Amino acid sequence: MSSTQTPAAEEIAAGGRINPPENKFTSWLSHLLADLGKNGIFLALLAVILFFAVVTDGILLRPQNISNLIVQNGYILVLAIGMVMIIIAGHIDLSVGSVAAFVGACSGVFAVTWGLPWWLSIIMSLAIGALVGMWQGFWIAYVGIPAFIVTLAGMLIFRGLALVVLGNANIGSFPTEYRALGNGFLNNVFGDLDLDPLTLIVAAAAVVALIVGQFRTRAGRQKYGQDVEPIVWFVAKLVLITLAIGFFAYALASYKGIPVTLIVLAVLVLIYGIIMNRSVFGRHVYAIGGNRHAAELSGIKTRKTDFLLFVNMGVLAALAGLIFTARLNLAGPKAGDGFELEAISAAFIGGAAVQGGVGTIGGAIIGGLIIGVLNNGMSILGLGIEWQQAVKGLVLLLAVAFDVFNKRRSGGK
Amino acid sequence: MTTNILEMRSITKTFPGVKALSDVTLDVGRGTVHAICGENGAGKSTLMKVLSGVYPHGTYTGDIVFEDEVVEFKDIRDSEAKGIVIIHQELALSPYLSIAENIFLNNEQTGALGLIDWNKTNHEAAKLLARVGLKENPTTKILDIGVGKQQLVEIAKALSKRVKLLILDEPTAALNDEDSDHLLDLILHLKEQGITSIIISHKLNEIKKVADTVTVIRDGQTIETIQKTDVTEERIIKDMVGRDLEHRYPDHTPNIGEEIFRVEDWTAHHPQDPTRVMVDNVNIDVRAGEIVGIAGLMGAGRTEFAMSLFGHSYGSKISGKAFMRGKEIRTRTVSEAIGAGLAYATEDRKHYGLNLLEDIKRNIALASLDKLSSNGLVNDNEEYKVANDYRKSMNIKAPTVLAKTSKLSGGNQQKVVLSKWIYADPDVLILDEPTRGIDVGAKYEIYAIINDLAAQGKGIIVISSELPELLGICDRIYALSEGRITGQLPIEEANPESLLKLMTMEKPR
Repeated sequence: MSSTQTPAAEEIAAGGRINPPENKFTSWLSHLLADLGKNGIFLALLAVILFFAVVTDGILLRPQNISNLIVQNGYILVLAIGMVMIIIAGHIDLSVGSVAAFVGACSGVFAVTWGLPWWLSIIMSLAIGALVGMWQGFWIAYVGIPAFIVTLAGMLIFRGLALVVLGNANIGSFPTEYRALGNGFLNNVFGDLDLDPLTLIVAAAAVVALIVGQFRTRAGRQKYGQDVEPIVWFVAKLVLITLAIGFFAYALASYKGIPVTLIVLAVLVLIYGIIMNRSVFGRHVYAIGGNRHAAELSGIKTRKTDFLLFVNMGVLAALAGLIFTARLNLAGPKAGDGFELEAISAAFIGGAAVQGGVGTIGGAIIGGLIIGVLNNGMSILGLGIEWQQAVKGLVLLLAVAFDVFNKRRSGGK
Repeated sequence: MTTNILEMRSITKTFPGVKALSDVTLDVGRGTVHAICGENGAGKSTLMKVLSGVYPHGTYTGDIVFEDEVVEFKDIRDSEAKGIVIIHQELALSPYLSIAENIFLNNEQTGALGLIDWNKTNHEAAKLLARVGLKENPTTKILDIGVGKQQLVEIAKALSKRVKLLILDEPTAALNDEDSDHLLDLILHLKEQGITSIIISHKLNEIKKVADTVTVIRDGQTIETIQKTDVTEERIIKDMVGRDLEHRYPDHTPNIGEEIFRVEDWTAHHPQDPTRVMVDNVNIDVRAGEIVGIAGLMGAGRTEFAMSLFGHSYGSKISGKAFMRGKEIRTRTVSEAIGAGLAYATEDRKHYGLNLLEDIKRNIALASLDKLSSNGLVNDNEEYKVANDYRKSMNIKAPTVLAKTSKLSGGNQQKVVLSKWIYADPDVLILDEPTRGIDVGAKYEIYAIINDLAAQGKGIIVISSELPELLGICDRIYALSEGRITGQLPIEEANPESLLKLMTMEKPR
């Protein structure tokens, strides 16, 4: 964390004087530094975007490419949401790529081979994901086998089952509605215009909701006498976020509109953000990851929580499998290869701790976006897959090393 | 050559802010068994760590004379080279290696090319095992033998290092009666072979059985050294506790009501070894507004009792009944226990009490999230307010409740743990070592909080290894020994002597 906070912490430890001398400037500075510390990962994303924007001569930021970035990485971001929750609780899931492939194959059978309606195929596929999650959750939570082993086994089991379901062939040509999950755009409601108005309206609504929400949170805190950040800094941040959303919306609007994948993602981020930040269940997940014994002795049902986390991961892995299959319009044996590693990387780049107890949904999403921008930027540059792999590995290592270094410096555990 | 193998002269050892040993003198006769007694925290283990080089020369003052030679150990290897071997309470054996491998760990029996000579290793190990009377194959893995036999392996390991002075720290604390007897016989047997032993023990009958000389340590000072013929239980107990009860406890006027909590025939077994009874038919009761103490030496089963009661968090094959206000309650899970009005604040804050990654606010709320939430969503403004109220009322020293608990001092961490349980609003609080690792000022505050809770009509059970603390704050004290309640004393009749007598009372054999 910031250097201004370290002496304060020492004073607490010594049981001595508590409050450092305060004036307007130091309080300003401490808020700024605290925010930079908290949002360091966000700055890293900006740096990566800027870097590739420059070296690709702006191709990275072209409307079409921005739209592609979301669609190409949607399934990784979906997985990262579930993965970071698992990691916060102190587990890991190596099976998500195989589960995505297995569910993708099942959905192929439902929607193409059997010709079931697209919506029923999707529901049945998600249910299979839940069943897979229950299977793994049972072994982990109730039998007590480490998640690493159970999901390593799952990685093999479900890859194998995916091949069995596919019967050594690709299943392809999905119904249009199904394909929308990976390829569709919400647009042209108001006719075919250069700038899609719906996209802009949705973005404006999102900005208004954000600003109202932030002001209400702030007012609530003030009512309870809590410390809030200076109004200038608060407003400045909102302006920056508004500009970023505006730019992003403009890019989407001038291309094809809002990708369906983005809508799915936005809904997930909203729901899971609330779950992890505000819900009792989320508190339990953090408590279990932070200190399992203490959580147990506080009356938390740790097994049930673990079980539900894996069921949830199964459903999200199924969703990722559907999005990927829809995008390729093909359920194939190679689907989902290496997804688990990208999702795990996203969570760790986004600040999750290997020992558990620490991590955020937002961090995992940003971590996933960093990986996405790296993939995309390096592809534009024409870098081969071999170099892309190496660079991503290096980024993961450096991100976690930076985190470890930061924690050591601040004297945290 | 004198008759003393070891003389420790005027040993003083200070830790930041604490004088752990002050001018301690210890003379150990060659070929004798020398017992060291003292309460928990008296300084026995510190003294042995000084002797064995765990605390190297230069970190203490005073001289150690071993075999008529002033020695200055830099680490434990130095002392082992001279023939001083310490066997700690926590055995230092690697469970997945064989007996022979453990015996010769870091002292491997090598042959040509520096490779391990397994025949020699196992043969030598077998000879050592015969000396300690352990009939096991040297290739058996440590995890396949019981803790009593593991203790013997430790001694065999010491013998392999040509031990002259063997130090045993509470060697029988984890053993059953048969294993204990065997170990004590072995110590006497080694004495015949000329090996001197120092044995640290609480158990007075044990000391009487093996020791030639007893030295009592209290508050980091030598009280006296007694020859075998003069040893009496009364004398040792008096030496161990004879400290003034200063005015370290807030005034407490008990206002005791009806019985609020009762436990009947509570029995629990060791979690891994279901044949070992850890809590043996415990019956206790607590009345509203009463502070009840549980006194017991290390290993008496205090924490085991409390944790087995609180959601079966410890042990196996647990039986017995618990009643809250005369109505039987179920405590099979922690949430059941909390729901029935019980709370348990652990003796080990860092491992069992707090989530050190989180802030004060979330730690206080953790056991009572139901109160702070509707439809599964936590009201974090309300949470902040609740935590902030506790920060003020409990005097938790932190700038805000958003401070991480890992940054707090021990006393303030303990106040966070207590806040958590007080907010859960139980009828009965079990406080396990509530002031362990806390400075004197914070202790006083904790005692005041305990009094306050009793005044609100709650039943309080305090488990403590510090007798003065129990005598200072309790209305009634139970004594626990070897998992059994050996008696209870109202505070008027309780004193260190009477309590220690009950705490060291052993099972009729």
